[in-house]
Amino acid sequence: MKDQQNLWAFMYQESDKLLTQTLQHIGLTFISLIIAVLVGLPLGIFIARKKRYSGAVLGIAGVMQTIPSIALLGFMIPLLGIGAKPAIVALFIYALLPIIRNTYTGILGVDAFVTEAATAMGMSKKQILFKVELPLAMPVILAGIRTATVINVGVATLASFIAAGGLGEFIFGGISLNNTNMILAGAIPAALLAIIFDFLLSRLQNIRLKKLKPATATIPVLLLILASLYFIPSAYGSKLLAGFTPEFMGRQDGDLGLKQKYGLKIRTIVISDAVMYKAAFEKELDVISGYSTDGRLKAFGLMVLQDDKGIFPPYYAAPIVRQSSLKKFPDLEKTLDLLAGHINDSIMTELNYRTDYLHQSPERVAKDFLVEQRLFKPSCNGTDGVVRIGSKIFGEQYILAQMYSMLIQGYTNHSVSTKTGLGGTKICFDALTNDQIDLYPEYTGTGLLVLLQPDSKIVDSLTVDKNKTYNFVRTEFVKKYNIAWLKPIGFNNSYALMMRQKQSDQLGVKTISDLKKYLDKK
Amino acid sequence: MIKVENLSKYFGEIRAVDEVSFEVAEGENLVLLGTSGCGKTTTLKMINRLIEPTSGSVFINDQNIMDQQPESLRLGIGYVLQNTGLFPHYTIEENIAVVPQLLGWDHARIKERTQQLIGKLHLDASLLKVYPAQLSGGQQQRVGLARALMADPPTLLMDEPFGALDNVTRAGIRKEFLQLDELTRKTIIMVTHDVQEAFELGDRICLMDKGRVVQIGTPKELLFQPADQFVSTFLQSDRLQLEFRSVTLNDIREHLPKTDTVNKDQSLWSAMESADKDGVADLSQLMNAFNQYQTKIKA
Repeated sequence: MKDQQNLWAFMYQESDKLLTQTLQHIGLTFISLIIAVLVGLPLGIFIARKKRYSGAVLGIAGVMQTIPSIALLGFMIPLLGIGAKPAIVALFIYALLPIIRNTYTGILGVDAFVTEAATAMGMSKKQILFKVELPLAMPVILAGIRTATVINVGVATLASFIAAGGLGEFIFGGISLNNTNMILAGAIPAALLAIIFDFLLSRLQNIRLKKLKPATATIPVLLLILASLYFIPSAYGSKLLAGFTPEFMGRQDGDLGLKQKYGLKIRTIVISDAVMYKAAFEKELDVISGYSTDGRLKAFGLMVLQDDKGIFPPYYAAPIVRQSSLKKFPDLEKTLDLLAGHINDSIMTELNYRTDYLHQSPERVAKDFLVEQRLFKPSCNGTDGVVRIGSKIFGEQYILAQMYSMLIQGYTNHSVSTKTGLGGTKICFDALTNDQIDLYPEYTGTGLLVLLQPDSKIVDSLTVDKNKTYNFVRTEFVKKYNIAWLKPIGFNNSYALMMRQKQSDQLGVKTISDLKKYLDKK
Repeated sequence: MIKVENLSKYFGEIRAVDEVSFEVAEGENLVLLGTSGCGKTTTLKMINRLIEPTSGSVFINDQNIMDQQPESLRLGIGYVLQNTGLFPHYTIEENIAVVPQLLGWDHARIKERTQQLIGKLHLDASLLKVYPAQLSGGQQQRVGLARALMADPPTLLMDEPFGALDNVTRAGIRKEFLQLDELTRKTIIMVTHDVQEAFELGDRICLMDKGRVVQIGTPKELLFQPADQFVSTFLQSDRLQLEFRSVTLNDIREHLPKTDTVNKDQSLWSAMESADKDGVADLSQLMNAFNQYQTKIKA
């Protein structure tokens, strides 16, 4: 990126957000930690008393520890929705094991002679626990709490996936946007938090045994104060709640554009792409950012709001082919163009839905579609050369590659080899320019923003109009790479705002401007 | 007074303690003696219910201990352990005050009693503020004793109280132990595997083997009227020294040349130590008298 500011400037500029996120982060960490201590400590004491349960309790806590955090967060959406609740529960689960285990180990580690002496002096079980066992086990228990704290500071970054905030918003936003400053603005404070808390707790651990009593009393107070930090920052309210991916939050053709061009003011939370659609379906969110042909649109009954001011650049799909291949196979262009105009957004969404959600093979989906459109012809088993078709590594591209493969085999005398699943844009495009494949489906927006990367002024002038974009990439590609853009297939897989169909009908919100009007109404 | 009746403890098939009975009179000091694994410690721990008996009963001052709350029973019995069992997170002062605290004594009373005891036990007042780990083994053992004596319980149970100490420290502390007025009034049951210690400290000795009592008696009875071969074999290696220590001048009085200045309670051992300076008799006279006594007693 050309005009990337330095880190300090970024942190200064975003200091409000940074503070909010840091406070949220501390709050999340400590709320869950308090609950984990409240549950883990008694549980550890219990299994130290009844050792036959220790295997089961430590085993279960251990298994929960190994559940991948993002999966755990995913499980919790149907139960607890999104936001702080599931995040706290997940963090609680991760903090539990070290606390239970260290309490258990700490108590078992108390010298048997000391507890025997305590018993023989006439102490009751409770007195032995509070006067002898817990104070002596305290350094070990504190070590467990320390471990749990550091784990929680780390895992709390993932809370941003389910809209619970925290420094993960910057970290994952930065990763999606390839913005190093943003990543560091989240990662450095998170690392510092871990180091600081670890240090403070280590000091607590080293306090002389004598002074442990008042120190132990201050821990709960301190934890409560830190935990309450979560509730200080609160976003401005609005009737609807939006959930945007970290990438969308930072893009001009995303949240920034929404604010600038539409003046949209909506309460926004940051959430992972993986759980966003589901959260909208579960009515945890009202408006989400997404891709306009994503199969989940149909799966979850969502609808795209029309971008009436054109802030989302067009991502029209079209096959791009090497000029040399077009010469080698004169009938290729005509064949590929058979598909042009046949697939609109809703058809593509439907097709994606069939592969992504009904788990039908791309081959079957492609064939069914061609048959239905009366485009399908059985293979001629041609022998006149091999056309090599590439595709990127997601469902939509697989379907398109299959369709082209069937068309070429049906309408020409060439045979086909498909090289599907070629990583990202860069890998696919490199394969094309290096004559490893003859063609693959590409999107105009990607061609413009990722491959050509012209000045921002040119981008601004082009993105409002789908034809201008298409014409620009077509001429530039021929000039620069000797690659031809054939006719667009018809659908536009761009960024979009979406709502539940039902809600959209109820509120009469069909376009982004409608949404703004609805929100501005008191 | 402590009365133990047919006390048994089985751990599965193993009879750790098998039908043990004895009585300890008020102010008496009974030593449970035996090799490790003979059941002496298990017997001791059943008296303050650290271990619950399989069968049999224990009466302390005619009260069945099973009728009492274990905690309140233990508050009335002092307990001294081999490894002291001091609380590492308490200062010496706090360690000593554990039982009075549990009994709800006021601050001044605890302080006064502490001062009194550390004087008797030759502990420096500066040690009160430090932690057990900073003390020597001998000092720790004194603190352990102080803790057990704080509330002045009438009964004292001691489990190898000097077991963790080196021989020199041990001999010294034993001597003090005998002179301590706090202890002379108490009914004490003490466990040891050290024969010398048993003979030195015990009014009577209960020799145990494989969970059973082999013989109960005074040191002299064990030496000169052993119940069986096991008893004489057990005492064999230290026999001569034990005999010298347990026979008093009173016992051999009739065989001594002059009897008017004799201190009746002095042991033969100590008389021999002072034989050369203005003693009651010289060494050969003493040995001679002892031999005659031995012949007479065996007859």
